[in-house]
Amino acid sequence: MDDEMEACVPTPSRELTQNPLKKIWMPCKKNGLPEKHIFQRKVCMTNCPTLIVTVGLPARGKTYISKKLTRYLNWIGVPTKEFNVGQYRRECVKIYKSFEFFRPDNEEGLKIRKQCASAALNDVRQYLTEEGGQVAVFDATNTTRERRETIMRFADQNGFKVFFVESVCEDPDVIAENIVQVKLGSPDYRHCNTEQAVEDFMKRIKCYENSYEPLDEVLDRELSFIKIIDVGRRYLVNRVLDHIQSRIVYYLMNIHITPRSIYLCRHGESDLNVKGRIGGDSGLSSRGKAFACCLAKFIHAQDIPDLKVWTSQMKRTIQTAEALGVPYEQWKALNEIDAGVCEELMYEEIQQRHPLEFALRDQDKYRYRYPKGESYEDLVQRLEPVIMELERQENILVICHQAVMRCLLAYFLDKTAEELPYLKCPLHTVLKLTPVAYGCKVESIFLKVEAVNTHRERPENVDVTRMTEEALLTVPAHQMSTCTGLRRPPYRLYLLTSDPTVGPPTLAGLTPCSRGPDL
Amino acid sequence: MEARRAQIRKRVRCESTASVPQFTNSPTMIVLVGLPARGKTYISKKLTRYLNWIGVPTKVFNVGQYRREAVRSYSNFEFFRPDNEEAMKIRKACALSALKDVSAYFTQDHGQVAVFDATNTTRERREVILSFAKEYGYKVFFVESICDDPEIIAENIKQVKLSSPDYVNCDKDEAVADFLKRIECYKVTYVPLDDDCDRNLSYIKIFNVGSRYLVNRVQDHIQSRIVYYLMNIHVTPRTIYLCRHGESDLNLLGRIGGDSGLSSRGNKFAAALGKYIRSQCIPDLKIWTSHMKRTIQTAEAVGVPYEQWKALNEIDAGVCEEMTYEEIQEHYPEEFALRDQDKYRYRYPKGESYEDLVHRLEPVIMELERQENVLVVCHQAVMRCLLAYFLDKSADELPYLKCPLHTVLKLTPVAYGCKVESVFLNVEAVNTHRDRPVNVSVDRDPMDALLTVPDHS
Repeated sequence: MDDEMEACVPTPSRELTQNPLKKIWMPCKKNGLPEKHIFQRKVCMTNCPTLIVTVGLPARGKTYISKKLTRYLNWIGVPTKEFNVGQYRRECVKIYKSFEFFRPDNEEGLKIRKQCASAALNDVRQYLTEEGGQVAVFDATNTTRERRETIMRFADQNGFKVFFVESVCEDPDVIAENIVQVKLGSPDYRHCNTEQAVEDFMKRIKCYENSYEPLDEVLDRELSFIKIIDVGRRYLVNRVLDHIQSRIVYYLMNIHITPRSIYLCRHGESDLNVKGRIGGDSGLSSRGKAFACCLAKFIHAQDIPDLKVWTSQMKRTIQTAEALGVPYEQWKALNEIDAGVCEELMYEEIQQRHPLEFALRDQDKYRYRYPKGESYEDLVQRLEPVIMELERQENILVICHQAVMRCLLAYFLDKTAEELPYLKCPLHTVLKLTPVAYGCKVESIFLKVEAVNTHRERPENVDVTRMTEEALLTVPAHQMSTCTGLRRPPYRLYLLTSDPTVGPPTLAGLTPCSRGPDL
Repeated sequence: MEARRAQIRKRVRCESTASVPQFTNSPTMIVLVGLPARGKTYISKKLTRYLNWIGVPTKVFNVGQYRREAVRSYSNFEFFRPDNEEAMKIRKACALSALKDVSAYFTQDHGQVAVFDATNTTRERREVILSFAKEYGYKVFFVESICDDPEIIAENIKQVKLSSPDYVNCDKDEAVADFLKRIECYKVTYVPLDDDCDRNLSYIKIFNVGSRYLVNRVQDHIQSRIVYYLMNIHVTPRTIYLCRHGESDLNLLGRIGGDSGLSSRGNKFAAALGKYIRSQCIPDLKIWTSHMKRTIQTAEAVGVPYEQWKALNEIDAGVCEEMTYEEIQEHYPEEFALRDQDKYRYRYPKGESYEDLVHRLEPVIMELERQENVLVVCHQAVMRCLLAYFLDKSADELPYLKCPLHTVLKLTPVAYGCKVESVFLNVEAVNTHRDRPVNVSVDRDPMDALLTVPDHS
């Protein structure tokens, strides 16, 4: 060995171990346990938590933005929570009488409101420092410089970064629509008729107007903020500090409030579906083709202006879209989750060949990554550009796959990572999503063409030592290759007769006993 | 046979893959606005490079270049005086000539985006462009750069103006003095985009190299992507290091893909890499790896925290994973030939193409733009894609860029491009680079197919 090589004799580097659930390689200590210090690519690159502070007069969309942003950040994996000061006020002042509470000369009112803001900030501190939160959205008017300075002092003391989101709008139509959509239904106006409520609310806005100090290009040039003008016609962005702020700005600049509908559905039933096999790239079964025709009829009947249609790059979604007779776009990002070594297997085969993997998946279906495949967590990351473009679009039909549809649905309906992999997305059923108020209205339309059920519930026993029987308990019915009829889910219980130390129990080694419902 | 070939061709020819903006609609003109030395050409070139890399055919039309064609030798700033009628005529003619070429680019060359790089500082000039675009049905998006920081302007002049053809025979101080007078000529008639008068136009105003942005009326997806990109780039000097993992066990066997660990030479490289990085004394260096064992093992040796990105994983060779080229030729001779025919667009069955890789890597590039000093430990195909972005390589060149094992590429942004230094860390490794063979026909002899396969055990 020459000198140079000698100098490069590797010092014994740490051993790597692959986490069995996520298939992530991590260095391990001598005892085989993983080290802490390397980290996965998390979306949030900040070291310190971020406090997003909304700014704006009432009925400018602050709560709409807060809730939507929170939903988006949670979906991409950034723990986020919103803190609506109005809600704290409603807790404190049980009954709302009138706009007089908000008069700038109402000292009692001001005291209460200030207390509420402090209480909310306290909860923010707890969320960000003790509860593992990354982003807190402080949703209030925050219309005076004084209030904002208080917040900044608080953030400074606690080591939080602050990013302001101001909504400025003078279009009376937009404001009126806001009031109709979300104010009339507010607990504050429970006992008022529409006219009374509107009149009172307009007076409430007036109370804030005189003391409103918008973020200023010059006076506030050291702050980090985005000013949204006229619901997105114009944006002023100042001093974006880091990755998460950059993503927030990009998101806010892509959302809109134009009424529209999003239709989500899966491809028609496929040949592999019928056989109970996952993944693959098969074509439609005859029932699947029938569904495609029904879908075309349904879409035409809906008479949707300027409908865009998106599919994946897999045969079954494309075949489905073809029946519609309109142009469609293919997205590779909409392809079904990659099941790696389990592609095209039946659940029974997965249990037989990879019982450990099968159990791990049931333990944490969201984070579990198939060997040489993907996890739901990976899927969400893959789908983020799709969501971003969906936000930009108006009327749109997305023809995709079970796992993909679950991810998209979780985004629109604000479902957690735990709920997401078990959302029900049956074949031949269209979900029509219509944004309304702060959320999304969902209509489920079954297009009356029968199909297999592909939904597998989480079984009770997720332990790696469980019996085959228990693992397969929730597998939905499907065609077996060796028989012409449908396989029924095994509702019978079996007694173990083979040696339990030799691998997992299999159906072959068991004898049926006659307990439980017999199908 | 014919049907099967058609099927294979269909898979190779990528149908509208919509992570790239769809262009059933009109082409877009990006129009720069700003005084000289405000970074317009820097932005134009960088944006063009990015858009081409993500698959949007884009071209820069620099009016200054047209002017240099028309007026062979530049004498001095007097050419740019607002009262110089002769010169004004020439400058207008140059702008119109450039616009004509924009039109040709869109209609004949299937371009999607044209970047019109000139000062465009008067409302009158911008009106000319808007009328032109309206006539042909092009969308217009303005990018205005506003800067009053004298240090930034001085640095600009130093980096790109002193070496301009205009100042080829001047000494430094003369050039600077002349250029500053040139800027003054424009200031007299400069009318920035106005929040009120121009409220119906689509534009982004960039203040002081990105501390503030004003964005007005973003019309569509491509404009939204452009805004996002412009808001993420910076000009802070920094260095990007690209390298592959150390030689792996599968590398030694001539097998592609897989998730094997480092060979003993690979481990030696990892140690050498650690030593090299420490010797570079890079402040605040970030290290990124893929999720594959071999890059992580390599990064481990550097001894500082690193981040794992799934997006940096090697290209998925699908059914060909862990095969040697000889085995691919034996089991999938047609696939092998198709890949040689169009290596960029070819997608492995149940796998990926280079084109897919670029889409997958786009968020990595975006984050690289935000970052400062970074070392990316990745894989051959991935490194080719990243390198193609930084060095503005075409889709045809990309899959054949040379990224040998045990060699670090040090990229330093300079002027309008990137300086590259190649540093071989003196640890031998197999060659994994397979050149395009001469015969790419599906009927070729196996010998012809395997001609360029590098040696392995």
